[in-house]
This record gives sequence, structure tokens and C-alpha cells, in this order.
Amino acid sequence: MSSGEPLTSSEYIRHHLTNLTYGQHADGSWGFAHSAEDISEMGFMSINVDSMFFSVALGVLFLWLFRRVAKSATAGVPGGLQNFVEWVVEFIDDSVRGSFSGRNPLVAPLALTIFVWVTLMNTMDLVPIDYLPFIAGQLGIGHLKIVPSTDPNITFSMALSVFFLVLFYSIKMKGLGGFVGELTLHPFGKWGLPANLFLEGVNLLSKPVSLSLRLFGNMYAGEMIFILIALLPWYAQWTLSLPWAIFHILIVLLQAFIFMTLTIVYLDMAHHVEEH
Amino acid sequence: MNINLTLFGQTISFFLFVWFCMKFVWPPIMQALEERKGKIADGLAAADRGKHEQELAEKRAKELLVEAKREAAEIISNANKRATEIVEESKGDARTEGERIIVAARAEIDKERNLAREALREQVVALALAGAEKVLGKEINAAEHNDYLTKMSAQL
Repeated sequence: MSSGEPLTSSEYIRHHLTNLTYGQHADGSWGFAHSAEDISEMGFMSINVDSMFFSVALGVLFLWLFRRVAKSATAGVPGGLQNFVEWVVEFIDDSVRGSFSGRNPLVAPLALTIFVWVTLMNTMDLVPIDYLPFIAGQLGIGHLKIVPSTDPNITFSMALSVFFLVLFYSIKMKGLGGFVGELTLHPFGKWGLPANLFLEGVNLLSKPVSLSLRLFGNMYAGEMIFILIALLPWYAQWTLSLPWAIFHILIVLLQAFIFMTLTIVYLDMAHHVEEH
Repeated sequence: MNINLTLFGQTISFFLFVWFCMKFVWPPIMQALEERKGKIADGLAAADRGKHEQELAEKRAKELLVEAKREAAEIISNANKRATEIVEESKGDARTEGERIIVAARAEIDKERNLAREALREQVVALALAGAEKVLGKEINAAEHNDYLTKMSAQL
């Protein structure tokens, strides 16, 4: 909305769905993209500055908050913040104990980071959708998407990170042979090797895809509905945005929880050595 | 919606965050939680112990109370017994004292009566002598009739 002239509905929607992307223009100069076409021309060698900024800022907020509590954590009567943080940590710890049968000090902190970080990123969806883009527009920043989890880059990167951890621990716990055997010798035995590889391969590859697309799809759809509601006259928006925001609180937490739980489950499967 | 370098940027920050969380956030909080768990368990155990001790103390207090009541009752009954004894003793003392007084009074009365009788007897003898003298017209020798007079006065 940097231009200041009134936008049509489709322009408004497209504007809200465009990231602030930095990369190399078609003419060879570097700079921010001004439109969706610019972004697709930039291709892979570009970066969504807004997604990176908000995701890192929220991650730092999470770590700063929890680190502050961790430094001063005592066994005595906890204060308000400590109580809240402990509540979250115990919730994660219970989830990990419930779903993860192996022994790995990485899993619980990983689950905590995923849960809180994704929750924070999703919560950005509840900030009125025009506030920050408008302020940014006044500062001369053309596009701004403030919800990192509506950027597939963000969700895919987290899902791929989890996927690499799954691969790493699968090979570490079962050995390369064991892992390859798991992929090729089930469910039809060694004579059905191609079919096994196909089935197990799909099974394996579907994990990061479903993990990232589930979060992305939910948050993108939620954001989309907020944008559509924002097209209503200003005095009528609350009739829809309030119920949707209240419902969205559930989605925000539920998606973070699902992402975390599936991560734990996938890692548990990676640690689980099957007996033959 | 293009996939671009953001993917790597986010991956790097993700692993850094997880590493930081694993190193500096998770362990201290879990430690504090474990410590608190221990403290609470200790506290609960102490509370149980305290309760148990209180029960014992209450039982002991009850026993003491019963004992005290028993002793008090005993003391009261002893006192009552003693009081009755004292009353009985006093009654006995009073009775003996009364009897003693009565006996003394009786002795006094007897003594007085004897004295009076002696006096009367002598007067009667004298009166009788005087009468006899009048009747006989002569003096009676008191010495001559002394035996007779004594006999007579003894009969009075």
C-alpha cells in the first residue's frame, strides 16, 4: 500500500499475499521485488525478508523469555512467568514421555522449540492484518507478510529439518543397512523389493510434505479468510473477524501441537529398532 | 509463494534455536522442576509425619486426661471418706464429752445430795432428841444412847 491510491479487491488480496523479497532483478541489479512477477523472476536466489525477520524475531523472543526463566528458575514458589514457562515445559515433557520411547536429550528441547515457535508464528495471524503492513508502507516498505507460517519456505524448512533428523537418527540407530532394509524388505519380503521401496519411499517422503503442508495450508487459509473479512465495510468486519479470530486461536495452538506431536512420533519411529 | 533461500535461512535459525534451547533453556528448567518435585514430596512426607505425630500426641493427651480424671475421682472419694470419718470422730468425741459432763454432774449432784442428807439427818436426830426429851421430861444422855442414836440415824 505504498502507492496510496485505492486498490481493487483482487489487488488488495494479492498485495497481502506477497512477501517482501530481496533478490536479483531480471536486469541484474539487486533489490526488493515490487510485484509477484518480480519475485518469480528472481527464482531461488532470493530471500523473503519479512518471513525471516518475523520468524527470527519470534524465535529470539521465545528463547529470551525462556532463558530468562531458566536462569532464575528455583525450586521455590514460582512467579507468574516462571509458572507459565514451567507449565509449557511440563506439557511438552509429558507429550515427549508419552510418545517417545527412546532416549535422546535432543527430542524434548526440539519439541519445545517447535511448539512455542510455531505457536508464536501462528499467533501473528491474530494481529489485525493491516496494522503492520500499513506502518511498513508509511516507511516505504512495499510488501509485508507478518505471519511466517503462511510462507511455505518457513514450514518446509522446518519439516525438512525434522526430516533430516529422522534420516540421521534412523541411520544412527539402525545402521545404514538396517535403514535400507527397512525401506526395501517391507512389507512384501525381499522378492517384492521394488514395490517395497516404492511404498516405503512414499511413506517416508510423505512425512515432511504432510508436516509442512498441513501447517502452511491451515495458516494460509486462515490468513486468507482474514483478508476476505477485511474487504467488508469497516463497521461490519467485527461480526465475522471476531468469531473467526476466536476460532483461529484453536487452530493456532492445534497446528503447533500437531507439528510438535508428529515430530516426536517421527523421531520415535526413527529410534525404534524393529525386531525380526 | 516461491521457494527460495528463505528455506535455508529458516533452517539455520531453526537448528540454532533448537541448539540454544537444548543447551541453555531446557536443562535448568527441568532441574528446577525436579528439585521442586523433590521438595513437594519431602513436604508431603513431613506433613504426613506431622499428622501422625499429632495423632500420637492426641492419643497420649486423651490417656493423660483419663488418668487425671481417674486420679481426681480418687482424690475426691478419699476426701469424702476422710470428711465422713472426721464427722464421725467429732460425733464420737462430742458424745464422750457429753457423757463425761453428765457423769461429772451426776457425781456433783450425788455429793450435794449426800451432804444435804447428812445435814438433814443430823437435824432430824437433834429434832428427835429434843422431842424425846420433852416426852420423857428429862435429859437424855447423848453418850448413854449413842449406839441407839447412831442406829436410828442410819435408818433415816
